[in-house]
Amino acid sequence: MNAEALSAVEMQHITKRFPGVLANDDITFSVLKGEIHALLGENGAGKTTLMNILYGLYRPDAGEICVNSQKVDITEPNDAIALGIGMIHQHFMLIPPFTVAENVILGIEPQKTFLLDREKAAKDVQEISQKYGLTVDPRAKVQDLSVGIEQRVEILKALYRGAEILILDEPTAVLTPQEVEELFKVMKSLKEEGKTIIFITHKLKEPMATCDRITVLRKGKLVGTVLTEKTDISSLARMMVGRDVCLVVEKPPHPAGGTVMEVENLEAYNDRDIKALRGINLVLRKGEILGIAGVEGNGQLELAETLTGLRKVSAGKILINGQDMTNRSARDIINAGVSHIPEDRRKRGLILDFSLAENLILGSHFKSPFSHGFQMDYDNVFTHADNLVETFDIRGTGIESQVKYLSGGNMQKVIVAREIGREPEIIIASQPTRGLDVGAIEYIHEQILRMREQNKAILLISADLDEVLCLSDRVAVIYEGKIVGERDPQTATEEELGLLMAGGKI
Amino acid sequence: MKLNKIAELVKIKRESVTDVFISFIAVIAALLVGAVIVYISGSSPLEAYKALYEGAFGSTYDFAQTLTRTTPLIFTGLTVAFAFRCGLFNIGGEGQLYVGGMTAAIVGVSFTGLPIYVHLPLALGAGAAAGGAWSLVPSVLKARVGAHEVITTIMMNYIGILLCSYLANYSFKAEGWVAQTDVVEPSAQLPKLVPGTQLTASIFVALACVVIAYYILYKTTLGYEIRAVGLNPTAAEYGGISVQKSIVVAMLISGMLAGLGGTGEVLGLHRRFIFGFSPGYGFDGIAVAVLGRNHPVGVVLGALLFGALRNGGMVMKQMTNVPTDLVIVIQGIVILFVAAPEMFRIFRRIRKGGIRNAF
Repeated sequence: MNAEALSAVEMQHITKRFPGVLANDDITFSVLKGEIHALLGENGAGKTTLMNILYGLYRPDAGEICVNSQKVDITEPNDAIALGIGMIHQHFMLIPPFTVAENVILGIEPQKTFLLDREKAAKDVQEISQKYGLTVDPRAKVQDLSVGIEQRVEILKALYRGAEILILDEPTAVLTPQEVEELFKVMKSLKEEGKTIIFITHKLKEPMATCDRITVLRKGKLVGTVLTEKTDISSLARMMVGRDVCLVVEKPPHPAGGTVMEVENLEAYNDRDIKALRGINLVLRKGEILGIAGVEGNGQLELAETLTGLRKVSAGKILINGQDMTNRSARDIINAGVSHIPEDRRKRGLILDFSLAENLILGSHFKSPFSHGFQMDYDNVFTHADNLVETFDIRGTGIESQVKYLSGGNMQKVIVAREIGREPEIIIASQPTRGLDVGAIEYIHEQILRMREQNKAILLISADLDEVLCLSDRVAVIYEGKIVGERDPQTATEEELGLLMAGGKI
Repeated sequence: MKLNKIAELVKIKRESVTDVFISFIAVIAALLVGAVIVYISGSSPLEAYKALYEGAFGSTYDFAQTLTRTTPLIFTGLTVAFAFRCGLFNIGGEGQLYVGGMTAAIVGVSFTGLPIYVHLPLALGAGAAAGGAWSLVPSVLKARVGAHEVITTIMMNYIGILLCSYLANYSFKAEGWVAQTDVVEPSAQLPKLVPGTQLTASIFVALACVVIAYYILYKTTLGYEIRAVGLNPTAAEYGGISVQKSIVVAMLISGMLAGLGGTGEVLGLHRRFIFGFSPGYGFDGIAVAVLGRNHPVGVVLGALLFGALRNGGMVMKQMTNVPTDLVIVIQGIVILFVAAPEMFRIFRRIRKGGIRNAF
């Protein structure tokens, strides 16, 4: 580092307040030209807010911004773009029926008199994509592309607008492991071409692999900036959550009890009427965690939904405590003692416009003490909510406010609190920690293990192999709607399971 | 426990503030636009509004007449609002109102010698039941085969209104050339409240329905389920709620409210079924519900506003040169402004904290 290491962005003493939340509290953050700089923090730490300020989407309440050592006033994204800043959001803003080139040039179309110059557009896009190793066909329609390629189109869009500083907001959240590798390659080649990259993430491993420096935020405050080569994962984790995180789950041995749920030759169809479950056999025992590993889309969603009465069983049987519960209603299955942590927490697990208190009784709202006959007892609903908020440490603006204002981690806590708080016998947990930060993941893992100690039967469906291996007592691998093998997580190797997940025979 | 209740009250206030604000601003804005129109057409806006106000609230008589016009709008406003809380658009209020009114008239003329405490409830119940039955067809179709209720309720309007036309022209036609039934028995009439005006006890039925609708929606298990389905049917299903059942029940109650609205007009104001007795109350109910933000209390206020405009408008026409059509213009503009509340919100948020924040 010498005189060449000029600063690209300097944000000084940035403060941003939202109703009830101090999102950014006096944050000072600087990025050098030509570096890849990670902005690391848990959900709700203020990373995205800080970057939205830089991109002109929010105005800071206090603080100064310098770009290329010039003090600037960014009031809207166009200002940021003019300064050479580009932002790639988590949710892509592309028009699916348009081609890649059309999407890239949108808003600044090259024209031949009054007509759109498609040829020039395609050529321009091709040129940029080759320069940075962002292979993509400019004439392909966006609707035909995979998520990873769509992301490239977003990056191309920013580059086409002359971006020198690229902000990537949680770019890996939507990608497969292979796509993540590709993205990292692209980031490196962008760096080689002299671009500056700010990489927002909450995953510890990612910045270690790609970044030059890492800035950690916690609860809206700056914790510090470190050189990647001079730090390690555990010290990053400490900076992020403010205490030592046990990354390896401590799991005391616990004897499994009697069978509570049996699934025999279960078959079901997915939403596109294709057979998604093709003869699943499972046995769930008390005090035991059965992990279902597998690449996503191999029937996990359909399995969870058929077991909880949300999807029709086309063949086979589900027995709960010896009683046939095949194709019974969701309510009957809840009443039989089954709780469900669904994988889509915003669509399936919560009613976002309902209050926290009302969400915490969903599924037991028809039972005492919340309902007496036809009448609700809101006093009990509120007491219940107060208790769960305290027990499960749900942080928000009160039990009366709508859950849509909670952070992702707290939303999941609401679901976990509700489903565990119901004292079920069986818990079907689907992707219970997806998209959550370290603190929340750890918390949810603890809760799952606590349920095991209380002799509940747990079916853990997760795409995160580490999670399945750490928590489960038995691991079953699902592939194309069938259980293709069952292993003891103590002795199974990742290679062996990986092979099973990919449909290979052992 | 007390704290919770206080928090609840405060919260309700705070959350409704935006809603009330939007509706209030929309009304003011519409009145201003109306004033400009009156001015352009060569009259004095001040005089026109003065006449409008006095026509609506100037005397006991005027106020009673305003309430008379408000009453059916409370019913139909509730009709739309209640269904909407379950995520349903009940455009069939007009048909349900007709069928309800006709059924009440039939019960009103067919039984003689019954005491009022038997006959009146019977007629009211029959009217409500008929309205409910009329809304049952679209809701069952929706729950069973997914037929969109907007289409089916509109179609049921035609069937209902034309059926009533037939009954009023043939089966139950009174002597004379008007398509109407005979006057219902006195034992089935809703009593007049203010002598010399048209105001009847129907308004009490309407207000009772407001309380009942509020109670059902916010205090009962059924209401919890209806609102859950309205906000997120996928999550409601997950919570062990039968989406189909909620749709059918919500629509049934909605239709009963419309049926009672027609019944109130027939047993109260007209004391008989007259074909064409509704100038489109079922459709005005949509406007009332929109203005009232689909809340029972808001519906009362919205209905009162439109009732006052309608009643005051007639006085305005007599006192000044301004035609009653102005009232319809104002009504339209109010809805235009309220129906785009997101616009207000977005503008406000842009001012506060940037574009991103606004959505």
